[in-house]
Amino acid sequence: MSTNLADPTRLATPPTFQSVSLSRRIKNGLATGLVWGAFLIAIIPLVWVLYTVLQRGFPVILDGDWWQKSMSGLLARQQGGGAYHAIYGTLVQGLVCAVISVPIGIMVAIYLVEYGGRSRLAKSTTFMVDILTGVPSIVAALFVYTVWITYFGLGRSALAVSLALVLLMVPVIVRTTEEMLKIVPDELREASYALGIPKWKTIVKIVIPTALSGILTGIMLALARVMGETAPVLVLAAYAPFINYNLFDGPMASLPLMMVNERNNPTQAGFERIWGAAITLVVLITLFNLLATVISRALAPKTK
Amino acid sequence: MKIQRHGAVLGLVAAGALLLSACGSDNNTGAAGGNTTSNAASVPVECGGKTKLNAEGSSAQKNAVDAFVQAYQAACPGVDLAYNPSGSGAGVKNFNAGQVDFGGSDSALKEGAETEAAAKRCQTNPAWNLPLVFGPVAIGYKVTGVDSLVLDAKTTAAIFSGAVKKWNDPAIKALNGSANLPDKDIAVIYRSDESGTTDNFQKYLKVAGGWTKGDGKQFKGGIGEGKEKSAGVAQAVGSIDGAITYVEWSFAQDNKLSIAKIDSGAGAVELTAESAGKAIDGAKIKGEGNNLILDLDSIYGSKAAGAYPLLLATYEIVCSKGYDADTAKAVKAFLTVAATTGQAQLAEAGYVPLPKAFQDKLLTAVKAIA
Amino acid sequence: MNDPVVAKRPARSGASGAERGVAAAPTASEAPIPPTPEAPETAKAPHVRPGDRIFRGLATGSGVFIVVLIGAIGLFLILQAIPSLGLDNVNFLTSREWNTTDPANLRFGILDLTLVTVVVALVALLIAMPIALGIALFLTQYAPRNLARPFAYVIDLLAAVPSIVFGLWGLFVLGPVLYPFSEWLIENLGWFPLFAKGNVNVQLGGTVFTAGIVVAVMILPIITAVSREVFERTPTMHVEGAIALGATKWEVVRTTVLPFGKAGYVSASMLGLGRALGETIAVAIILSTATASFGWSLFDGGSTFASKIALAAPEFNDPRSAGAYIAAGLVLFVLTFVVNAIARSIVAGHKEYE
Repeated sequence: MSTNLADPTRLATPPTFQSVSLSRRIKNGLATGLVWGAFLIAIIPLVWVLYTVLQRGFPVILDGDWWQKSMSGLLARQQGGGAYHAIYGTLVQGLVCAVISVPIGIMVAIYLVEYGGRSRLAKSTTFMVDILTGVPSIVAALFVYTVWITYFGLGRSALAVSLALVLLMVPVIVRTTEEMLKIVPDELREASYALGIPKWKTIVKIVIPTALSGILTGIMLALARVMGETAPVLVLAAYAPFINYNLFDGPMASLPLMMVNERNNPTQAGFERIWGAAITLVVLITLFNLLATVISRALAPKTK
Repeated sequence: MKIQRHGAVLGLVAAGALLLSACGSDNNTGAAGGNTTSNAASVPVECGGKTKLNAEGSSAQKNAVDAFVQAYQAACPGVDLAYNPSGSGAGVKNFNAGQVDFGGSDSALKEGAETEAAAKRCQTNPAWNLPLVFGPVAIGYKVTGVDSLVLDAKTTAAIFSGAVKKWNDPAIKALNGSANLPDKDIAVIYRSDESGTTDNFQKYLKVAGGWTKGDGKQFKGGIGEGKEKSAGVAQAVGSIDGAITYVEWSFAQDNKLSIAKIDSGAGAVELTAESAGKAIDGAKIKGEGNNLILDLDSIYGSKAAGAYPLLLATYEIVCSKGYDADTAKAVKAFLTVAATTGQAQLAEAGYVPLPKAFQDKLLTAVKAIA
Repeated sequence: MNDPVVAKRPARSGASGAERGVAAAPTASEAPIPPTPEAPETAKAPHVRPGDRIFRGLATGSGVFIVVLIGAIGLFLILQAIPSLGLDNVNFLTSREWNTTDPANLRFGILDLTLVTVVVALVALLIAMPIALGIALFLTQYAPRNLARPFAYVIDLLAAVPSIVFGLWGLFVLGPVLYPFSEWLIENLGWFPLFAKGNVNVQLGGTVFTAGIVVAVMILPIITAVSREVFERTPTMHVEGAIALGATKWEVVRTTVLPFGKAGYVSASMLGLGRALGETIAVAIILSTATASFGWSLFDGGSTFASKIALAAPEFNDPRSAGAYIAAGLVLFVLTFVVNAIARSIVAGHKEYE
């Protein structure tokens, strides 16, 4: 859906009708320099972080055991074992969270953009999403802890983590989806109405597909954020060094939790596991991003 | 259509996860390598009961519990225990809420609200505090050219409260006659998170060193810089010349910090498993019967020659009665292993193996759990 | 289908069409579509299809759900915080003391926390905002097409790095590298309060300065990703119009891309600020706490609201002392919200100007 800028750019450079004044040329050069500069400055820490993670974690994940085994029965200083238990936990918690928050988040955004208008409910919803954006993850976790565990008396579980993550994911999805829905040209909606298509179908078949790539980016960013979120897993799920498939009961590991745990392990094995878990998380989220790119390409409305 | 397709993708990923789940394994025996071969399993262990136990609490005993779990699995095949090192407060809270089978804590249950809640959780039976893991706290420092340093509790208190600011202060010099102490500022590093290590360190200084700043899990010295967790403080001391901190022994060792000897009146004592074990031997119990609450003052105030007094004792908090039969059996089996064969690997992980007399007391208590 | 909206829409599209005609003029800086529909649409529609009714109900229901949810969180926070606030022996807002060891004698104030939180977040935002704008413009307007995609991808990847990794990176890798630079700043610009020698060891890097830079790196991908998405949607016609009038590349950006994407950019930055204010684990790992209070230097240590809560969370065993931290969390809430509200009003104010 990116604008086709390559051609107009080339047209702009040679001034056909008039010579460009010096001050305008200077400004243009300055701006170009600044933009390139900003990019180069930014790329340094970004590549640096990725390099650190890769360099320290890559040897760890090359071991086949890493993907197949858990940490069960290993001492802190013993090498070996794997992150299977944590990978499973991260995936399941993230997916359950996404399954709950994606429909809610998108529906809220649709309400705000398509239905809400300036009604009082829409205003208070926007207000509330604003507040929710600011909820620190640790507070979200404490809230779920109080309601889920203290009040309802249910056990700590992966599901509780997912619920806390929902609180963090929904506002991000709402914000980005809202932004994307707003810039869908009204002409598209009008054309659809003119064909006699009901509003809900217009939204589902015209508006959302048009904004889909942006929405998916938002979802993936949100998912990336919650999968790496540490505070809720600290409070709401106990760490288990073994595999627990049960979402509803018992301690379940996840990659951030594993990193926190191994930080209490001063040995070489602990160091390797921290960075191994980090790179694993990055790899997982990269896969999700790739998936999103593929889907959004496949679903994007055919322009031309 | 969009939602459907997205759902399909999610389904695909979920299916992938399920597929993945087919090849995951908890079996690490190859890596663990039978190094838990029982040397003199003096006490027969009755395995059985619940296969997956749940425990939580003090992070100070995490590595010890890992060693216990390995021994437990060697003794009783097919069992497991998850120990979540989220802190003593969380351990007590979740034990009392019935979330875990036993809790780990740096301090015994407090009389009043905590013991009452514990009794309620144990079907109106009292909960017992069993001091199973002892970890020495090292006074770790880094000063170039000073490999050996002797401190007493009073000087330590003065350093950590800012009264002594330079490494060549007369108070330190007096204890280290020959050492070449530089004219350098002392950089005090403390734990920024709330920690039982801080609590015990301040209690030790209070008992032995006339510390007046107060105790508790927040550092009260009013000086220095806080870093997060043991890993953070140890790393910080390792990277500043002239820094000092208190940290669990294993962290001081792994970060190659120098460790101060402590002089409690009968000569400088180096931190070793023997010197720390000696301090445990001299400990008095102030709890009743099998509730083995330690009188920490008797350890901290110990003036015995060759005893290293700065120890962090962590308790396992268990129900004396009131577990269901399955859980009781598993908890007993685990604790029995922990107090016997599990001790073999402790020294390597930075803890002190239990002296024989103390071990017997613990086993009596474990046996009495019903 | 005969939704009142339909009747209303042409007027708006007419406006945007008219605008398209003048978009090329350097002064035109209005986004073609106002972000909020302008009239309440709750008017009685004679024929509403069941599909419409259900869908509308679902959407509205989700809105209500969010409102109720936040209401519950707010209520919970307030209920937990009030008893502790009542027990506080110092002024909650103006004290720099924080001592919750003895629940019977709570002494906690948030002045230092507020200052450190705000300064860390502002440092991060000041660094991240211009750079993120630069990257977003670079990737959408300046970069060669075949380079833009991989670069955009690398930056998105950064969002995938969990915050605990940024924390460890800041502590182990960035801190030592920044040390000589920090030392230089202190020696040469130390007369300026912002660069004065702080209350912690610069050598360890546990300063507001390091934390701010790391948080800036953390919020870069968020701001960039959303801004980029918005900039990409600048209507081609606007761009072409500007080019046709002989605008230089910078003038094209200034007259079409920036005005169109401004709201999105500000909203993205606020998203970033929200994360910067609430960033927990990375800050807790990097930032040294200090016993001396915050003195407006970038080389001070301290605690932010979130790191303070995180460092104490495992030991929340007394509701009274836990309440003190929850009260701090509540303030963080309010803080983020105020920032958001200001940003929104700025955006709205600009709309009315045009």
